[in-house]
Amino acid sequence: MWEAILSGFAGLALGVSNFTFPQFVMIAVGGGLLYLGIRHGFEPLLLVPIGFGAILVNLPLAGFMEKGGILRTFYDVGVLTELFPLLIFVGIGAMTDFGPLLERPSILLLGAAGQFGIFLTLLLALGLKFTLLESVAIGIIGACDGPTAIYVGSKYAPHMLGPISVAAYSYMSLVPLLQPPIMRILTTKREKHVVMAAGKRSVSKTTKTLFPICVTLVTALIAPIGAPLMGMLMLGNLLKESGVVERLKQVSEQEIASIVTLLLGLSIGATMEADKFLRYQTMLVLVLGLVAIGLDTVMGVVFGKLMCAATGGKVNPLIGAAGISAFPMAARVAQNEGQRYNKKNHLLMHAMGANTGGQVGSVMAAAIMLSLLKGLGIGP
Amino acid sequence: MTDLSIGVILLVVGMLGTLGSLGLLSLMIVLLKRLFPYGKEGA
Repeated sequence: MWEAILSGFAGLALGVSNFTFPQFVMIAVGGGLLYLGIRHGFEPLLLVPIGFGAILVNLPLAGFMEKGGILRTFYDVGVLTELFPLLIFVGIGAMTDFGPLLERPSILLLGAAGQFGIFLTLLLALGLKFTLLESVAIGIIGACDGPTAIYVGSKYAPHMLGPISVAAYSYMSLVPLLQPPIMRILTTKREKHVVMAAGKRSVSKTTKTLFPICVTLVTALIAPIGAPLMGMLMLGNLLKESGVVERLKQVSEQEIASIVTLLLGLSIGATMEADKFLRYQTMLVLVLGLVAIGLDTVMGVVFGKLMCAATGGKVNPLIGAAGISAFPMAARVAQNEGQRYNKKNHLLMHAMGANTGGQVGSVMAAAIMLSLLKGLGIGP
Repeated sequence: MTDLSIGVILLVVGMLGTLGSLGLLSLMIVLLKRLFPYGKEGA
């Protein structure tokens, strides 16, 4: 009898007796993400569920990521199948106004230059002895685009999904801190002062409606393996621009985006189990992610300088930094930097064009990468 | 082929491919704007 009572009490102490120091560290990491999201407002929609997911998955014996566990189910159904990132893209497309980009199509090239960091970081990762597919997944952090990073990461390096997505999302919110020093160093005083004229309204409703359809077709022809990414992004945009399915547009940008963001965040947090996350490789991934976004900014600004020279000084190179996918933070950074040197300079709409170009560019770069690897017969 | 040489291929073709395809998309936008100019749509 007494033995049974003692065993019962021992059962109540199982959590404490199975609690390990690495789990404690990861719960602290989860707490840190919650702190950044709640206290400082860094991407709270993502960092709060990711942080709490990280705490849940490191609770001893709770079994959240064991077969049949709730977080494992979310992960298997939504991340491994690539369903969640693709659904998020429908919401992003429904929220995005490509108008500023359509007003000045040449700015789309800045969205290409803003992705070069992906490819440069891939080489750096290879130099640090990561495998080819791991290097691709790490490089894609440079897309500065969470869903794209998760899509590619879950395909090529699912074991590294935790650090990759944490890096992609947390660095996205750090863009206002990361970019300005690079922008200031790389541009001359004269370039910083270039005033860009406000464009006249020149895009018809038909053009706006046909744009998502044409982009999907072009992407599918050039890089078919990445068509699901671009297709979902453009589906969302078509819902918005067609103007005839207001309910679907609203559901995509609100209910679906919110539910999937919650489940995706929890699933990503669930990949942060202590034994998988607390590794030397994780630190390298986080550093390389930072390098990738830095290189994106460098290449974007350098390409902006080329465009400035080619147009006889009509393009302010600062907007080149907005050619990444972090929307709309990168555009706001370009606007703020422009105003810092010339109060009358309003770069926002041009930077928004480059920024939406960066969204298309990041998806296109990922699509090209996926198709290249398929063409070389590498990967799943 | 070593991983590094495949990486170099991905770097070169990836950068040129991304730039080229977005260049193509911007030409497509120009074409769309020509075909369907602003202010000339039916009511």
